[in-house]
Amino acid sequence: MSNMMPVSSLNGASFSGYTRIRDIGPLGMISVRAKADVAGLDGAIKAATGCAVPPQRQILRNGDCLAGWMSPDEYLLIMPIGQVDAALDAIAKAMAGQHHLAVDVSGARAVFSIDSHARSVLAKLSPTDFDAMKKGELRRTRLAQVAAAFWLDGDAATVVCFASVAQYVFDLLSHAAAAGTEI
Amino acid sequence: MSARLKTHGRLIDRNAPQRFTFNGRAMIGYAGDTLASALLANDQMLMGRSFKYHRPRGVVGSGAEEPNALVNLGTGATAEPNQRATQTELFDGLQARSQNHWPSLNFDIGILNNYAARFLPAGFYYKTFIHPRAAWKHVFEPIIRQSAGLGPAPTARDADRYEQAYGFCDVLVVGGGIAGLQSALVAAQSGAKVILLEQSPHFGGRAPVDGDVIDGKPAEEWVNTALETLLSLPNVTLRNRCTAVGVYDHGYVLAGERLTDHAPNAELPRQRLWRIRAARTITATGAIERGLSFAGNDIPGVMLASALRDYVVNYGVSAGDRTVLVTNNDDAYLTAIALHEAGLSVPVILDARPSADGPLPSRARSLGLRIETGRGIARVLGGKAVTGVETCLVAGEGAVLEKIDCDAVAMSGGFSPVVHLYSHCGGKVVWDEGAAMFRPDPDRPPWGADGAGMVIAAGAANGHLDAAAALEDAAKAGARAATETGHKVKATKAAKAEARGDSPLTPVWIMPQGAPPKLRAKMWLDYQNDVKVSDVQLAAREGYESVEHTKRYTTLGMATDQGKLSNINGLAVLAESLHKDIPAVGTTTFRPPYTPITLGTLAGEARGEIFQPLRRTPIHAAHEAASAYFEPVGLWRRPYTFPHMGENHAQAVSREVKNTRANVGLLDASTLGKIMVKGPDAGRFLDMLYTGVMSSLPVGKCRYGLMCNEQGFLSDDGVVARLSEDTFLCHTTSGGADRIHAWMEDWLQCEWWDWQVYTANVTEAYAQIAVVGPKARDVLNALGGMDVSREALPFMGWVEGTLGGFPVRIYRISFSGELSYEIATPAGHGMGLWQALSQAGEDFGMMPYGTEALHVMRAEKGFIMIGDETDGTIIPQDLNLSWAISKKKADYLGKRGQMRNHLASEDRWKLAGFETLDGSVIPDGAYILAEGLNANGQGNTQGRVTSTYHSPTLGRGIAMGLIRGGLDRLGDVVAFTNLAGAPIKARVVDPVFYDKEGTRQDV
Repeated sequence: MSNMMPVSSLNGASFSGYTRIRDIGPLGMISVRAKADVAGLDGAIKAATGCAVPPQRQILRNGDCLAGWMSPDEYLLIMPIGQVDAALDAIAKAMAGQHHLAVDVSGARAVFSIDSHARSVLAKLSPTDFDAMKKGELRRTRLAQVAAAFWLDGDAATVVCFASVAQYVFDLLSHAAAAGTEI
Repeated sequence: MSARLKTHGRLIDRNAPQRFTFNGRAMIGYAGDTLASALLANDQMLMGRSFKYHRPRGVVGSGAEEPNALVNLGTGATAEPNQRATQTELFDGLQARSQNHWPSLNFDIGILNNYAARFLPAGFYYKTFIHPRAAWKHVFEPIIRQSAGLGPAPTARDADRYEQAYGFCDVLVVGGGIAGLQSALVAAQSGAKVILLEQSPHFGGRAPVDGDVIDGKPAEEWVNTALETLLSLPNVTLRNRCTAVGVYDHGYVLAGERLTDHAPNAELPRQRLWRIRAARTITATGAIERGLSFAGNDIPGVMLASALRDYVVNYGVSAGDRTVLVTNNDDAYLTAIALHEAGLSVPVILDARPSADGPLPSRARSLGLRIETGRGIARVLGGKAVTGVETCLVAGEGAVLEKIDCDAVAMSGGFSPVVHLYSHCGGKVVWDEGAAMFRPDPDRPPWGADGAGMVIAAGAANGHLDAAAALEDAAKAGARAATETGHKVKATKAAKAEARGDSPLTPVWIMPQGAPPKLRAKMWLDYQNDVKVSDVQLAAREGYESVEHTKRYTTLGMATDQGKLSNINGLAVLAESLHKDIPAVGTTTFRPPYTPITLGTLAGEARGEIFQPLRRTPIHAAHEAASAYFEPVGLWRRPYTFPHMGENHAQAVSREVKNTRANVGLLDASTLGKIMVKGPDAGRFLDMLYTGVMSSLPVGKCRYGLMCNEQGFLSDDGVVARLSEDTFLCHTTSGGADRIHAWMEDWLQCEWWDWQVYTANVTEAYAQIAVVGPKARDVLNALGGMDVSREALPFMGWVEGTLGGFPVRIYRISFSGELSYEIATPAGHGMGLWQALSQAGEDFGMMPYGTEALHVMRAEKGFIMIGDETDGTIIPQDLNLSWAISKKKADYLGKRGQMRNHLASEDRWKLAGFETLDGSVIPDGAYILAEGLNANGQGNTQGRVTSTYHSPTLGRGIAMGLIRGGLDRLGDVVAFTNLAGAPIKARVVDPVFYDKEGTRQDV
């Protein structure tokens, strides 16, 4: 296999305003499509991330790995980029013979962290009612004009978007995080 | 003369002078002033000229209703026209200029229109500009454009920052007066999540000015306590300087927050657009005083009684030493009392009612003020300023009883509840005969998604003008909103105000009621658009019965203030002229925004670099470094060509084509859509989606396919690779990826939900690079790591491996007709692979090429392009692609559509190639001429060009196009339209211009 290291869309760019925005890619990401009740799904997600099957709209964490619920038949598994191939193998093994799709989408995504004051930053870009968000919720939404997903961790947040619009989303987040503009 | 008083001014800080300029003249105001109050303090009553007649105008109101005092603020990149001086907070360094005058505010040529007023009646535009026809363009329009209009649009790019924000709440309270505060308190203390918006910098509204007493305390004290309570509650958000401008379906409310208008700071956003989703909205928006229609009511110095009071109490500013008050209600007496207490003179109070014995008139009388009942103003004297009034009997025809010197007139025709927000989304109003006002109809509110009314009016906005009634109503509104949003209302004690016990008003729509035409022609209804009583009456005489038609005919209420002062007076005059009741005439439609909102605020962050998302491939930076010229492809930016120094684009494209055909070229094809389709039914699914058969494709092979919509029209095309027994990778066009993915999911989720198929759009997971040309194999071999020989990787096959250290999947597919490898690698390796290939290709003369070279090369090969050869009306058969349509399959999407007689007709325009006889290039969009004329007398056509290029390979113009008869017409010479000259003759030829046998791609 290859010995080259992939690079993220913005190569670790960061911005500091009233909070810090950072490109934290590349992260390993696997998109799994399967019905929640299909045999082997819990084993597959467990093997890939150490997490249980995430309940509706939730994202579960186990160390560096996360498992998020994306739709009634779609899950997003996140892990260090070096673990993707092994995780795909583990999923294939656990779900052998069961109808499913698991594909490496690491390169299709950009990932940003908002170090603090995340609600203020995201409330300027996303029609999200933060008071209605449950703890551990993975919110699929939009940031201004593009699709995105995020989850909160206390006052911080992690934002996932498509790689092609990484610069746009970084610029949006930076605009919303400009010093002195906190809501 | 207007001036600053030594006393009063609860909102200003006399220790903080603020320097500003008006028309270049330096002036000084205080912190807390509005621009209007500061101008008055500097004896600048004249603030603008009217729209049509250029009459001198002064400030009339003190808030959002102001029609006259509109100014240009700032200069250059921060210029903003049509700003209301009454709502503009003064700051040090403010620059304001008056509008709509030439050459100067004091001396304006346009005033000539005033003297020609009898030639500029209602409907003037419609009547005058019909004949002669030519005069519109050359005479009328230039003159109107010069003389009409408000402030000039800024010419420089807006230098300010803007942003948007989303808010959510159970109860949105609009208006921070005592009613809004009371509603918010009740709702919040019941546990509802509350957002309270106040358009001005200060909460409390009119109550502190009017001297209301609440819970035994002055209103201001109660307001402060209420604010403290609200601020202490975690479920309450208070925003001042934030105007709710529109209410929309599903409880959606837009509000504009002015963040730094009052303290400019280039680093911070100037304004913020709030997009609020509220389960219930309470409109505690107060009421706006109406003027009275008497002759000369627009002369600077004639103001609303409430505004005059505001200026004295809030800003310590008097409009003049001697103020005549004219009213039809008790409330206005507060102004006379306030003026008297400020040491100013009120020579007379003209009360249109037969008697005035309520508590306030009695108090005024006890202060020694002269009250004349049954009297009104016949005429205001003065030009650029009020010098006096002539009084008359309200019931008469305007015979002058007395001439009274004064320098200001305070007028009050009653109050109109601000029902705008209640009405925006369909809420209706009812006419309250006793109070002579339209108030929200509680039985016909704007309906919310839950089937119940989503907007609740409260306080004065609900017609409860008295503080006591307003507070009671507001508490009820707050409780109702809380209950309806699922909260249990706590039995909190609502605040109690002392009832004032006003006597009822008497509606007065024209003063005096029998005024002759001469007076009526000087009674202004709509100051901003210069609409007079006589105009509305003329419209009625000319047959306008609908208030909506009259509005448009006379322009009543169509200015930037949307007739906040004029609408009710105007429709009352119309009703009178039509001998109808006011409710039978009705109101015009209230539409958002309540007050104008800057376009920059609506755009928010969407400007400059983030005006719209720009999609970049993983290799984008390399193209920028190579000075590529980009073109938009959907939201992608793709290199159109890579010009060398001194080359124009045509030359660069020509070089790229020739080099690719002779040596090797490199193309970033990452934008190509890539959709993974997996499952036991994947083959069956693709057989339905594509016109051809995909289920028979062997693993390791690729096949070209066409997708049609249900109607049979060609929708997308691309190469499908079978990755494993149950997995396919479908390539789509660059612009089609998201659409086709959604199309697949639509069929899987809605129609064939029991088929076992999953899809994943992996377009961006991979960078894809095409290495194209006779030396392509040499370049890949130089990188090494994989066998890419014809035997190991034949045409239309694919292999996976490691190329030069990069994990890749290589497809032997060709869109150029040359030996071609399309190499997919995970996106994170895209840039690395591009650089490695560029380096490896140096020895083979490799150059990158852009989308234009790609297009030229595919056209030379006769390959179709979705969007060029197709336009949503083209079926594959039109493009001679019947070979890609399976005859064996029972069904595919589009099959039945293609059987409809029009699509199955032999007479359709079909694809052919075209070679111009003189070698020139056929213009884009050209039609093929046919004999005769059609029913409209236009020349007939028999086809059109779809792709047309100069072919560097052949050294001549080539084209593809559709022509009746298609390839049956081979050899015919036809004529293409040419806007630049004579029609261009071209011969119908085979659309494959280059390497017809296809040997070059299969080596």
